[in-house]
Amino acid sequence: MTAEVTEQARQVTFLEAIREALREEMQRDEKVFLIGEDIGSYGGAFKVTEGLHAEFGADRVIDTPISEAAIVGAAAGAAMMGFKPVAEMQFIDFISCAFDQLTNVVSKWRYRMGFGVPIVVRGPCGGGVRGGPFHSGNPEAFFANSAGLKIVEPSTAYDAKGLLKAAIRDPDPVLFFEHKFLYRLPRLREALPDEDYVVPIGKAAVRREGTDLTIVTFGAMVYRALDAADRLAEAGISAEVVDLRTIVPLDVETVLASVRKTNRAIVLHEASRTGGYGGEISATITEKAFEWLDAPIIRVASLDTPVPYSPPLEDFYLPQVDDIVEAATKLSAY
Amino acid sequence: MSTLSREQHHRIHYFLRLTRMVEEKLGNLSAQGKVIGSLYRSLGQEGTAVGSAAALEPDKGDIAAPILRDLGAVLTMGGTPTEVFQQYMAKNGPTRGRELNIHFGAPERNFIGPVSMLGEMIPLMAGIALGFKMRKQPGVALCYIGDGGASTGPTHEGLNLAAVLDLPFILIIENNGYAYSTPTDRQSRLTRLADRALAYGIPGVTVDGNDVIAVYEATREAADRARRGEGPTLIESVTFRMKGHAQHDNQAYVPREVIEEWQAKDPITRHERYMLENGIADHEDIDRLFARISAELDAAVAEAESTPMPEGVTALLDVFENGVAERAPWLAPIS
Ligand SMILES: Cc1ncc(C[n+]2csc(CCOP(=O)(O)OP(=O)(O)O)c2C)c(N)n1
Repeated sequence: MTAEVTEQARQVTFLEAIREALREEMQRDEKVFLIGEDIGSYGGAFKVTEGLHAEFGADRVIDTPISEAAIVGAAAGAAMMGFKPVAEMQFIDFISCAFDQLTNVVSKWRYRMGFGVPIVVRGPCGGGVRGGPFHSGNPEAFFANSAGLKIVEPSTAYDAKGLLKAAIRDPDPVLFFEHKFLYRLPRLREALPDEDYVVPIGKAAVRREGTDLTIVTFGAMVYRALDAADRLAEAGISAEVVDLRTIVPLDVETVLASVRKTNRAIVLHEASRTGGYGGEISATITEKAFEWLDAPIIRVASLDTPVPYSPPLEDFYLPQVDDIVEAATKLSAY
Repeated sequence: MSTLSREQHHRIHYFLRLTRMVEEKLGNLSAQGKVIGSLYRSLGQEGTAVGSAAALEPDKGDIAAPILRDLGAVLTMGGTPTEVFQQYMAKNGPTRGRELNIHFGAPERNFIGPVSMLGEMIPLMAGIALGFKMRKQPGVALCYIGDGGASTGPTHEGLNLAAVLDLPFILIIENNGYAYSTPTDRQSRLTRLADRALAYGIPGVTVDGNDVIAVYEATREAADRARRGEGPTLIESVTFRMKGHAQHDNQAYVPREVIEEWQAKDPITRHERYMLENGIADHEDIDRLFARISAELDAAVAEAESTPMPEGVTALLDVFENGVAERAPWLAPIS
């Protein structure tokens, strides 16, 4: 009983895992500081930084005016002064307001100037919460085409903590996308190790082994893929689920190893299909493992529309388990 | 004594009450689980939104761009309570379920809806003002921004462009004390946000935002100026956000005394008192207005509740004028 209670007590949510990473990195390295809107005593719109202002003070948990370009720009400047800033976007959609800083200043800096800008820009992404067109975005593809930025999107509490620590310790800029649907999802609670650990950037994880087809995905869609794999198993189709964890740089080897085994691939993501990162993954597989494929690669993604708000529309917009099952069934019969 | 006619006072009072009562209804609907997403209140700020919108002249083409605390402007410009309820309930209403809350507009009724990215409407409204100027039309573009939103880059770029081009443009900064949890003195070192006008070489006016008549008059003056071709005006309307940022926020960070202080300055009570004291209305008028609005809102709620939800597949429509978005290339097309 007591052991069970202690075990329970150590279980953390995805959100708490992110907070633990921030706290431990701030304890470990006094050069790490946080900057963003309402992140101080208020603890942030989603309460990710709750308690950190009390622990580290206003000099290391800096509240700013509503100025995303200034937040990212100032983080970059402070990074050049030897600090390790972690900037929060209140919703990741507002990262577009800092687009110029990220794509023209930050991403190109090392290449042009010979030294890096080690900042982390993190924030809640993703839909399924009826947030409408401006609070549901998944902007990875906008930045994937801007060489010099790393892009990370964890799907478990363990990875969220380990990857965020790795991002903070990374010598280059990292965009760290946190799917808000996962923040407090009970299914994601887990006990984390007491000791310090990192999850390396650039390494995918196989979440479920299978032999008939591979679903390559990341973020909240990992759970859609796993649920679909359960359904497919009932129909005798064995799906392997690869969780990229890092979007840029892509762990090509893990993806190819899986496709060489299953000979069929679905690429699944929550952003719109056209120009989405799925096209990049799909092209990479085709270029490097064409002879291993028994069928075309199918992209399962959101509609090519803005994210709509009303539940029937948003549900239709997002990839659902049914869509994945249908795609997988088609693919297996190919 | 204001220059407003009796009818104008009654009209303004109607929209003040309507705004508050629509939000109260939304509160009830939300408690019943019928609102999808958060509820944003403009409690205590109705004077700014209503007074400024009422000063516009739609017959001259004036256009307003209300943002999240400006339900009063939406209603004054001709947005209906039914539309607002449909929006909050994610029904097949003015945006067909694509957008939420007061993110809707009706150019034929002289108002357009916002984007969430604070400040981005300012360059856009400068463009609308440019359109009026190039077409030699008398219209004025009225844009709103919060004390927090005013910190964004596009606010500066939009206002500067409007100033340099002498555009018929008005920017109202609604200084309501807080931007989410952040007090105004953490957005700007200025104690008078209207002083920013100096940097653009345009007039800057600070007005008591809870005095609906003062807001009306300041906006009217700015509009007249704009119509004379004398360029934009920056108006700072000083008011207070009486509720949290949205429903989930109990604004524990706002000192109790400050809220009490502003409660005493309620813009609706104040305008009511003005009308009563100046013989513009009597208690019976006020009671009748209350009854009229209650009946209107009951009907609007019923209409919104009986509006269907949008159908899922309609998500595919209207990305472009022609054509339907493709669902997925591997699926059979939907007819
Ligand atoms: C560019 C941008 N960053 C962040 C947000 C998130 N956000 C929405 S409202 C808000 C506070 C706005 O404060 P203010 O402009 O003062 O308006 P108020 O809510 O007080 O009316 C914030 C930070 C946003 N909408 N746009």
